[in-house]
Amino acid sequence: MSANKRYGMSIDIDKCNGCGACMMACAVENNIPPAPEAANDRRGVTWIRVYKVDNHLAYPERRTAFVPVLCQQCGHDTPCVHVCPQQAVDVDPETGIVGQMPERCLGCRYCMVACPYHARYFNWWDPKWPAGMEKTLNPDVAPRMRGVVEKCNFCHGRWHAAQQKAAAAGQREIDAADYVPACVEACPTGALRFGDLSDSSTEVAQDAQRPESFRLLEKIGTEPKIHYRSRRDWVREIASAPRPEGKDGLRG
Amino acid sequence: MIGGKIAFASGMLLALAGGWLAFPRILYQTRQQPVNFSHKVHAEKAGAKCEDCHSFRDDGTYAGIPTLDKCSGCHTAAMGTTAEEKNFIDQYVTPNREPQWLSYAQQPENVYFSHIAHVKLGHVKCEQCHGNEGGTGALRPYQQDPISGYSRDIWGRPVAPVGLRNEGGMKMDDCVNCHRRQGLEYSCLGCHK
Repeated sequence: MSANKRYGMSIDIDKCNGCGACMMACAVENNIPPAPEAANDRRGVTWIRVYKVDNHLAYPERRTAFVPVLCQQCGHDTPCVHVCPQQAVDVDPETGIVGQMPERCLGCRYCMVACPYHARYFNWWDPKWPAGMEKTLNPDVAPRMRGVVEKCNFCHGRWHAAQQKAAAAGQREIDAADYVPACVEACPTGALRFGDLSDSSTEVAQDAQRPESFRLLEKIGTEPKIHYRSRRDWVREIASAPRPEGKDGLRG
Repeated sequence: MIGGKIAFASGMLLALAGGWLAFPRILYQTRQQPVNFSHKVHAEKAGAKCEDCHSFRDDGTYAGIPTLDKCSGCHTAAMGTTAEEKNFIDQYVTPNREPQWLSYAQQPENVYFSHIAHVKLGHVKCEQCHGNEGGTGALRPYQQDPISGYSRDIWGRPVAPVGLRNEGGMKMDDCVNCHRRQGLEYSCLGCHK
């Protein structure tokens, strides 16, 4: 059996131009239906969300940055796993991926309260696709029903496909090039990178070691596996201060 | 006194017969396969191995039940004299119409199962999960839960566990038991999607 992996991502905030291609690619890959009219920023479903933040200064000093926030795949004391009364959330020891089982979820939403990153979403409505669009659904990902919570799982369908391809070649170890989440693949500026953090030769593992690298709310000790980086001081400060005084937090 | 015992015993038998024989018939809808296919005849005359017809694609995905073109390869004209074969050719081969086979093993849409990982890496024999399907002379009736639409093979505990295999099978418990025995149980998303 191969050594356990610790899949993670590195995100270069200085490269992100806020285009939202990652959000779109994610929705298409993971069968997330278009939001109904009644949806707002907390009731809609987006496994990855690009937040817009600024340095709170007036023109001409004002600067803006875009921060894609997805499930941070907490590696230590994963908050959502702890609070789930249904054992509907688990951490795969093989991959380090925090998995959500919608079929087990009873919809109590404790995990959404526990998640420090607002990375979990509740299905307030049954999924509905405009006529014809259901033909584009991804058969590798089961659609979720009303009343359950869902979140990013690093495109698990792609992990399955990569494993299957390896099995066809008689191997247990997948080729790293075969497993790339949809958001990483779609990013036009190359701001997102994905790989095994436990392998020091991967780009993500090296990105995580850079001096300008940081993680969101690092001080609470959940050891997230999404490593952001920015050369701008004010961007790095925002990551450790969840709600700047007098401002509406990180809301875009 | 004796009469009482007889009455009790016959009542008991009636209740058990009702529970074991009649209740499953009410609970599950029985449907017949479109063609009376014999795995045994085909195994003897056409191909010796399961994968001769139930093949893998190049990318490792499993093709499942063969499509009509596989059948047409031999059955453009009758090879034998049976009425079933003639019927199959008239109904499906000549009009080029796919038979709507009912898949006993079709899993719900949230299940991920890789045949090639089990067969090639795990060296699991087809029979371990599917039973000795390849040796049967006729296709058994397909039983379906009318509410969920799932095949009985993958869902529902047997009402009378008589004559059923203890090992193998295709319910989630069967998967979990085998994985647990081998220490290959990691997370829900290993088998769910």
